[in-house]
Amino acid sequence: MIIASKKPIEEIIQEVKDYKRLLILGCNECVTVCEAGGKKEVEVLASALRMHFIKAGKEKKIDERTLERQCDHEYLEEIRDVIDQYDAVLSLACGVGVQFTAEKYHSTPLLPGVNTCFLGANEQRGLWTERCQACGSCVLARTGGICPISRCAKRVMNGPCGGSGRGKCEINKELDCAWQLIIDRLRDLGRLDDYEIVAPIKDWSTERAGGPRKVVREDVQV
Amino acid sequence: MRLKCPANFRIIRLPCTGKIDVIHILRAFEKGADGVYVVGCMEGDCHFKSGNFRARKRVEQAAKILDKIGVGGERVKMYNLSSGEGPLFAQYSIEMDKKIRELGPNPVKVALQAKKNAA
Repeated sequence: MIIASKKPIEEIIQEVKDYKRLLILGCNECVTVCEAGGKKEVEVLASALRMHFIKAGKEKKIDERTLERQCDHEYLEEIRDVIDQYDAVLSLACGVGVQFTAEKYHSTPLLPGVNTCFLGANEQRGLWTERCQACGSCVLARTGGICPISRCAKRVMNGPCGGSGRGKCEINKELDCAWQLIIDRLRDLGRLDDYEIVAPIKDWSTERAGGPRKVVREDVQV
Repeated sequence: MRLKCPANFRIIRLPCTGKIDVIHILRAFEKGADGVYVVGCMEGDCHFKSGNFRARKRVEQAAKILDKIGVGGERVKMYNLSSGEGPLFAQYSIEMDKKIRELGPNPVKVALQAKKNAA
């Protein structure tokens, strides 16, 4: 899922201070699971902002709403009848949700309430780690299910670099060397021969290097 | 026991302090409470294993938010005691009452009152 982290409340106060009528818009998907922008976070942020501005003597209307998703037309339509009541929307969705809402409601300023970080896993409560960089051409079949693109600092494709030591990466001694993990897993799977196969030069055009991407599926289009 | 307690606090009963969330604490302040304290079981004695530890973390989160918005994180506190410690419960309520009196009223409540009087 998409992992996001909360923006500091001081930054949000600065972002919203000039708007009198504000809608805080949460998202029920990824940002709910990573506890950054779901219904609970919307409630807490709205309450904190209301108290801050009341204390500062500023009159503001701060409302709360959480949509099923902000990256889908049908759910975003749910706020069409109320959007005119607000001077700005503070979206706690990921960058995709913020942009999609902004595209749909062109005349309403959209502000981000979270920092979108990466595609990751919920490793344990309060710990999320990166697992995928959406490179567009998956190599996991060859690398024992461990991604050298997202988990190796250098994204090397044919074994560890010289900075790998005692199974850790040179950029951070806490960080596992992705290639050490790959080799260990291939050995456990009895497929260490796969390590000998030299990977062809990766086609990075399917990654961000090829510009903004799109997936077109005519078979599911109506 | 007939213990003496300040008469100005309201007890909100929970099945376990693990039920408390940051928003419950913030709402109390939004509605005008001058302070909130959460009384959980002794650490390690939670019937649900970690309810009181969760509560402590959430109290800390609420305190951080209250600090950042200028209400004051010291207005919220977590205490632990066992169900047999009535005198300690009374002592904590007196301690909290004294502390909140030193801090003065909730600034949000003061601002709302001032606005009401001006209208």
